[in-house]
Amino acid sequence: MAIQEIKGEDHIVQYDPESVTICFQGELSLGGPVEYEPIKSLLDQVTATKPPLMTLDLRNLSFLNSSGISLLSKFVMSLRKKPQIQLIILGTKEVAWQDKSLQNLKKFLPSLQLNIE
Amino acid sequence: MVQIFGEFLHQFPPDHDSLELTFTPTSRPIKQRWKNNLLSAHFVADYFSTFLPLDADHPSREKRIRQGKGAVSYVANELLENAMKFNNEMVKSRIKFGIHFIEESNAITAAIFATNSITIEGMEKFQFFIHELLTEDSNELYIRQVEQSAEDENNNASGLGLLTMINDYQALLGWKFEQISEEPKIIVVTTMAQVTV
Repeated sequence: MAIQEIKGEDHIVQYDPESVTICFQGELSLGGPVEYEPIKSLLDQVTATKPPLMTLDLRNLSFLNSSGISLLSKFVMSLRKKPQIQLIILGTKEVAWQDKSLQNLKKFLPSLQLNIE
Repeated sequence: MVQIFGEFLHQFPPDHDSLELTFTPTSRPIKQRWKNNLLSAHFVADYFSTFLPLDADHPSREKRIRQGKGAVSYVANELLENAMKFNNEMVKSRIKFGIHFIEESNAITAAIFATNSITIEGMEKFQFFIHELLTEDSNELYIRQVEQSAEDENNNASGLGLLTMINDYQALLGWKFEQISEEPKIIVVTTMAQVTV
């Protein structure tokens, strides 16, 4: 794994290989797919290692724009072709966008385990 | 020439409050300006929360404030991002962004809007998409747009911002297209989203 951490002005995305968890913190409102590419590539690198379990911890991601939601939706959808990976997403109702939009991800991957506090 | 689509508010109660910000798109490159989108969105959302008609000791007060702020931040940021992205930089026209607060007995509606200039081709594409938005099931359309953009790297799933506003925040959307100058030809579009908290 080349990259373990992506740091922006107002966000950090960290990968912990031991627990196969990618932790998102801060606010993400990047301009589009080009700007989101480093995060996409980190996610793809992790799925390439074919872990049986993979966790996205979004609880401390207080803002995500639609380009970011689109990235997550496409990533979740891409796991349909990799049924050997069980994806877990951790979210919280305390954060407005998670309360409103996280449930939609199940439409793209019914096997997704969505844990919303 | 004025064309209206969807739920567009033209008139507001005489005693309502509003905020409006103006950006000159050519003043700084879009990349440098990008973070102002979220900054401005959070600002109007914070401002909005002071209008919420809630008692200080109301048990669900905090939750409603949080939800209201979250909804206004999200919608405002998306409208601004679109205005910045699709603005026709070949003509001199300013991007306007703002919010009207419409108070009702126990709720408040935020009418958030953004105005930008647009090319003729851009207008035709946008109107085609608006037609889809207004006639199709928005949840199905959302899934289709994401699936299409996953298959085609060049399709960056535009319109997802508007679709999430409708699906996840129950926003009412409306548009006004207006030609404001003949020579040079300048067309501006205002997108308005009404969110009730």
